[in-house]
Parts: sequence; C-alpha cells; structure tokens
Amino acid sequence: MSSVNPGALPQSDEAQPKKRNEWPLWEVFIRGQHGMSHRHVGSLHAPDADMAIRNARDVYTRRNEGVSIWVVEARHIAASSPSDKGPLYEPSESKVYRHPTFYDIPDEAGHM
Amino acid sequence: MYAQMIQSEATAEDPDKLAAFEARIAAGEKIEPKDWMPAGYRKTLIRQIGQHAHSEIVGQLPEGNWITRAPTLERKAILLAKVQDEAGHGLYLYCAAETLGVSRDELTEMLLDGRMKYSSIFNYPTLTWADMGAVGWLVDGAAIMNQVPLQRTSYGPYSRAMIRICKEESFHQRQGYDIMMKMAFGTPAQKRMAQDALNRFWYPALMMFGPSDKESVHSAQSMAWKIKMNTNDELRQKFVDETVPQAEYLGLTVPDPDLKWNEERGHYDFSEPDWSEFFDVLKGNGPCNADRMEARQQAWAEGQWVRDGLMAHARKRAARRVAAE
Repeated sequence: MSSVNPGALPQSDEAQPKKRNEWPLWEVFIRGQHGMSHRHVGSLHAPDADMAIRNARDVYTRRNEGVSIWVVEARHIAASSPSDKGPLYEPSESKVYRHPTFYDIPDEAGHM
Repeated sequence: MYAQMIQSEATAEDPDKLAAFEARIAAGEKIEPKDWMPAGYRKTLIRQIGQHAHSEIVGQLPEGNWITRAPTLERKAILLAKVQDEAGHGLYLYCAAETLGVSRDELTEMLLDGRMKYSSIFNYPTLTWADMGAVGWLVDGAAIMNQVPLQRTSYGPYSRAMIRICKEESFHQRQGYDIMMKMAFGTPAQKRMAQDALNRFWYPALMMFGPSDKESVHSAQSMAWKIKMNTNDELRQKFVDETVPQAEYLGLTVPDPDLKWNEERGHYDFSEPDWSEFFDVLKGNGPCNADRMEARQQAWAEGQWVRDGLMAHARKRAARRVAAE
C-alpha cells in the first residue's frame, strides 16, 4: 500500500520548492473475472473518484484484468504498523488446533 | 539499462538496525514501504526507480514519432497499444517510487530541470519504419533482460511493478521482431532498411546495460541490497548470446567484425561499444537529448491548465456536496 509523505528531494538539500497543486493519490482494487475478491493492484493520481476510476481502467485493466474497480483515496486507508507484527499476529500463531492437520483421523474413517 | 549509472549511497546507520535489515534481505524477505530501511537504500531506490520511470515516459517519444506514419492500420493500432503500455509502465514505477516518500510531480520536476536522467537509448532518432522493429526487438529485448531478474528485487513495490511490466513487455519485443521479419524477408530495399536499423541500434542497445561495473562500489552495494541483481557485463553477454541467432534468422549482419562464438567460454565474443559516446550522450550531447527534453517540458507546461482545471472542478464539486448535506 502506498502512503505518501512527500519528503526531502533525494539529491538536494535546497529549500523546498513551491507548494504543488498535485492530484491526490488513490489506491486501486480490482476484481478479476473469476469471482475472487477485489485485490489491491496499485495506485494512481486523479483529481476525483470518477477520474480515478477512468484512469484505473486505462492503467490497470488494459488486458481484461478486471470486471469491477474500487478506488479509495490513499489518505483514508488505515494500516497496521510493521513494528506491531509480533504482538498483532501472536494470538493466531499459538493456536495450532485451528488447522485441520492438528487432528489425526484414522484411514479407516475415510476421506474427511 | 533503463536505469544506468545509478550511484548508491552509503549512510551512517545504527549498526544493529542495519544488520537486521541486511539479514532480512539475505533471507529473501521483501522490504515494504513502512519498514525501517537505511537512508542510502531509500535514496538509491528513488534514483533508480525514478530514472526507470522517466525512461518509460521519454521512451514513448521515439515510437510516438511513427504512429501517424505506420504502414497499415493494424501496425498503427499495435504501435498505439505499445506506446500506451509504456505510459502505464511509467505510472506503475512512479507509484513504486512514491512509496519511498517522493511525489510523482517532484520526480517530474527533477527530470525537467535535469537533476534526474532517463536511459541514453532514447536520445537516438527513429529515422525509418524499420527502426520501430529494431526498437521493439533490441531495446525492449535489452530491457526485458534487465527487468526479469528485477522481479526478485528486495523492495516489494518495485518488485510488484516489475512483475506487471514483464507480463506486458514480451508483446513489445515480439511485435518488434515481427516488423523486422516483414522487412528482412521483404524487397531488397526493405531488407536494406532493416539492416540499416540494426546497424544504428546495435551499439546503443549494448550501452543500455551501462559500462562494465567490475570495479564499481556502487554496484557492489546495490547487489548486496538486491536493488541490482546482475552485473552489467553479465546482462550484456546474455543479451548478445540471445540476439545474435535472432539476427542470423533474419539474414541480417550484426555490425561487429569481431563478433565470434567462443566455444571455450560458451558465449559470443563481441566488441564493446564506444563508451566515450555513451558518456557524451548522458551529458546531454546525443542526437536527440534537446528534442526529448523540449517535448517533455512542452507537455508538462501545456498540460498545466488541464491539471489545475480538473483539480478546481473536483474541489468545487466536493464543496457543493458538503453544502447539500
């Protein structure tokens, strides 16, 4: 997911240039032909949601990749923090009994 | 390649963080935008991805030159689709660069004021229709050589952009070779045009990989960080080995009298391009540098009112919506 905090220019320490009138950033989600959920495919700039969908059509579905497009302005996305990785996912890591392979079923019982 | 002569940057970092970061890369993990990364990794990536993105955008110009003069409607439609893909590839790459904390407009401004560069190859003119064949076959072919391994690069957004691009790129090379076949197997005059295009694009295509980086500390750092996956020389050799039989099939001659299969090495021996020409083109003295930059500057300046107008319209509509609620 792209989160943009325009920072210092990579090659210069000069004063920040004038404020830009830049189109906001949108994240694009596309549902493919095969009934899967919408999936994040990338981002783009557009002045508003209508234009974001049109641009997403041109940028991300030039080869029939999708039958449905969602766009959401990047600044509206909340994301988990990478440093929380351990504590956030620990509860599921310790529960091996949630997986079918935890249980031994005898062959005599047939396919299960 | 599309990103040539990228300087890597060593920065002073917390040694523990740096060691943990490099261990992640060594283990094949992807680095994602919000993860800790050394400032040098970030800066090098912004330069490399930015230069790659600019190359895709500027790369539309030499081919755009022939859209209105394509010999058939089908060729015209194909060329349009290819050039549209290049715009898309530029946009994927700008998005990837933006996750590192630089905005697309900033990158564009850096291209326009000369602080950032694009690949040297796009400073050569496309003089005949056969050049559309040579560009697709050789230039896109060389790009693929570099981009396929970059799908495994350590930075997640860059890797994902490369995967998308590679999926689409093979059409580009094949349509170029298809043009070359038509020309090379056509009339004697057409075959001469095909040979002439190969003559003019061979060495500039070899230059796309950049000079030998055996001694380069920048390359060593970028390879350790998996920003760069192969040396320039490895990729150039691979390109020559794959391309020579394709030229032979066309009945065309690679313009290198010293080109020879080396049984012992299992590779072709070939002549180096003229590196003084390469550095001269990078400096801005290639045949089309001024034209390319002028075209980009004009497009940016003349598009200003459209960008501003659409933004003003979006703000007005948003304000009306708020007022109606």
